[in-house]
Amino acid sequence: MKEKTETPVLKKKSVTVTAHVNGNGNGNGAKTDSRLAVLKTHKIYIDGKFPRTESGRYYVLNAPNGEALANMCLSSRKDLREAVVAARKAFGGWASKSAYNRGQILYRIAEMMEDRRAQFISELTEMGSTPKEAEAEVNCAIDRVLYYAGWSDKYQQIFSSVNPVESSHFNFSLPEPTGVVSIIAPEENGLVGLVSVIAPAIVGGNTCVVLASKTKPLCASSFAEVLNSSDVPGGVVNLLTGYREELLSHFSTHMDINATIYCNNNVEEIKAVQTNAALNVKRAVVHNNTNWMGEDAQGPYYIMDTQEIKTTWHPVGI
Amino acid sequence: MKKETNNNIALNFNTDWKYAPAPESTDHIKLKKKYDLFINGKFVAPVKGKYFETTNPATEGKIADIAEGTKEDVDIAVKAARNAYENVWSKMPAKERAKYIYRIARMIQERAREFSVIESMDGGKAIRESRDVDVPLAASHFFYYAGWADKLEYAFPGKKPKPLGVAGQIIPWNFPMLMAAWKIAPALATGNTVVLKPAETTPLTALKLAEIFQEAGLPDGVVNIVTGAAATGAAIVNHPGIDKVAFTGSTDVGKIIQKALAGTNKKYTLELGGKAANIIFEDAPIDQAVEGIVNGIFFNQGHVCCAGSRLFVQEGVADMVIRKLKDRMETLIVGDPLDKNTDIGAINSKEQLKKIESLVQIGINEGGDYYQTSCSIPSKGYWFRPTIFSGVSQSSRIVQEEIFGPVLAIQTFRTTDEVVEKANNTAYGLSAGVWTDKGSKIFKVTSQLRAGVIWANTYNKFDPTSPFGGYKESGVGREGGLHGLSPYLKMN
Repeated sequence: MKEKTETPVLKKKSVTVTAHVNGNGNGNGAKTDSRLAVLKTHKIYIDGKFPRTESGRYYVLNAPNGEALANMCLSSRKDLREAVVAARKAFGGWASKSAYNRGQILYRIAEMMEDRRAQFISELTEMGSTPKEAEAEVNCAIDRVLYYAGWSDKYQQIFSSVNPVESSHFNFSLPEPTGVVSIIAPEENGLVGLVSVIAPAIVGGNTCVVLASKTKPLCASSFAEVLNSSDVPGGVVNLLTGYREELLSHFSTHMDINATIYCNNNVEEIKAVQTNAALNVKRAVVHNNTNWMGEDAQGPYYIMDTQEIKTTWHPVGI
Repeated sequence: MKKETNNNIALNFNTDWKYAPAPESTDHIKLKKKYDLFINGKFVAPVKGKYFETTNPATEGKIADIAEGTKEDVDIAVKAARNAYENVWSKMPAKERAKYIYRIARMIQERAREFSVIESMDGGKAIRESRDVDVPLAASHFFYYAGWADKLEYAFPGKKPKPLGVAGQIIPWNFPMLMAAWKIAPALATGNTVVLKPAETTPLTALKLAEIFQEAGLPDGVVNIVTGAAATGAAIVNHPGIDKVAFTGSTDVGKIIQKALAGTNKKYTLELGGKAANIIFEDAPIDQAVEGIVNGIFFNQGHVCCAGSRLFVQEGVADMVIRKLKDRMETLIVGDPLDKNTDIGAINSKEQLKKIESLVQIGINEGGDYYQTSCSIPSKGYWFRPTIFSGVSQSSRIVQEEIFGPVLAIQTFRTTDEVVEKANNTAYGLSAGVWTDKGSKIFKVTSQLRAGVIWANTYNKFDPTSPFGGYKESGVGREGGLHGLSPYLKMN
């Protein structure tokens, strides 16, 4: 996966075209087959819009067999900063939406994903999954979003408390979102890994900036389109693509990020994230060796990873 | 900048009324001349044989020599804790573990007077506070967490909580006994063993607590107390045999610890600094609010991480609130911590006094209107009169930095949105106060303030059932209450 400076031949959609132009296709379909496919430029997703990366650079995404699938944006530090500004701006409004409303919006995401099942399956297949694996992953991903939609107005009840203090006060504690969360998504499982970390963060009222899998980014690009059409306010989820090695330190050092979730197994990267977190006492959450297809990869404790407990006191009296 | 004078004093208590001295007796206090480290159930001399003095900040006199624990001592203590964890504490039925913790709670209650006096001697805090707040709360923390020991699975739906192993705990000098209880009680209840380092200026009550552990028959090595300064703390944080670090102290040191723990599997909780906003709306109960301001910033000489050190008063009542505040401040008695009439005791150490003085000088240089009470202060010892600055701006250093002393920075505001924005404009997020008689306003403002503990129409209240801890740079994790359990547990 090398950075290229000139446009490569994108075989994915053009391979059949080339073949047909050369007269190698089956004669039957010659009329439709000669049509040149419209190639998609995968852009990043910031503040509800789809800009190109500020870096003006891209990388070529290859299928496991080496075939070039797409050009992906190589996001820069500037892109991250723009995304954090958008996420911070969106935070207050998103956090203060009613839990019921956030649940409905997550449910809407699941609906839109269901609409795009075929697209997600084909993307996962292109990036190396078998059709069966791809279908299982898409099913799991949609169900996971639905699962967290259901938690939107329940986790607070599980994790809050009314505290029987000795003095004459009413005292209660409840979870609140920690703020802007940066997420290094799992490298494997380009779809279920992605939604498994985004859904618990946003259902809890956080906004996030996410770096998609480098080797499996196609679903992230499509997931951004899902978000864009799912009533999720702009800035709540910002999705970047690019090289982890270039962006990891920015994702973990930015001073207006409150928590960083890191989802891979590289011990040096884990240490770097945890070290950088100390700059502004970020909450550093590490998910390593997680099987994102498994039942253990979900639960309200994933929501609590990016929650703060707020305790409020008030006197009881006249 | 001119020093303001207060021409509106309602009653001058310094001249019109005199309080007869009411000193708490120290006759019954038994202190050794020298304290060793408490490791594996015994007091043992430090390997390197070094000691430092702990002094009474109200008299500057030496109280005792305290062992300076080094890396070698920490290693011995961690091994003792590990051994106790593996062979005794983790194998004991939880309900039996609970009984030891209950015993400790009871013994603190029985010796409450002794602990209060020693706390005030060693740390300088007014006996009224150590007697009514620190020591009773320390006992109630042990009592509260004791009961959790055999009920942990009810706290975490769908999980099977297990202890972590050995907890390394580092506590500050502002609430020495209470912080020891905050740390030790949940650690023991969840089945962990402990290596604790008290602050170097206030080690005595933790060492007296060790005597209680002995009397209670707590198995050897379950709690180990290693005294010393920063290097001793670093040795605990960096020891590979530690599974969890719990630290209360400054944000600067908290960041160093968080960094030091990167790449290890050690869990951590950090309770760090604060610069809390205390917000007074026009419709607040003003006299109660003034009491709340005083309690917010002058409690424990202002040596409180959650102190209400930034006061925001709505414009319409600002003049009245400040006038009433000055009147109230004039009644505060600064002096002998052991006198039961004393409101504000001694500043904990010479270093802290210098830090307060230098930040106040910065405040004066930056142009704030400065007012300090006219009370007398003793000639020996470390003291600082209650001080307020008004007319300061958001960018003033005394508004942004934690002073950790009896110094209040006052700003005014017009609208709710404005004060929420100003209150949240800080890297900290530990606590806040809101004063208004309008219930809906309370909930609007408390939900928008980015802080972990919010007092509405009250301030600086603490309870073992009530979780405490900060947002943002004020720390990670919670201590106290049900939420204070998970930092000491792993979940399967």
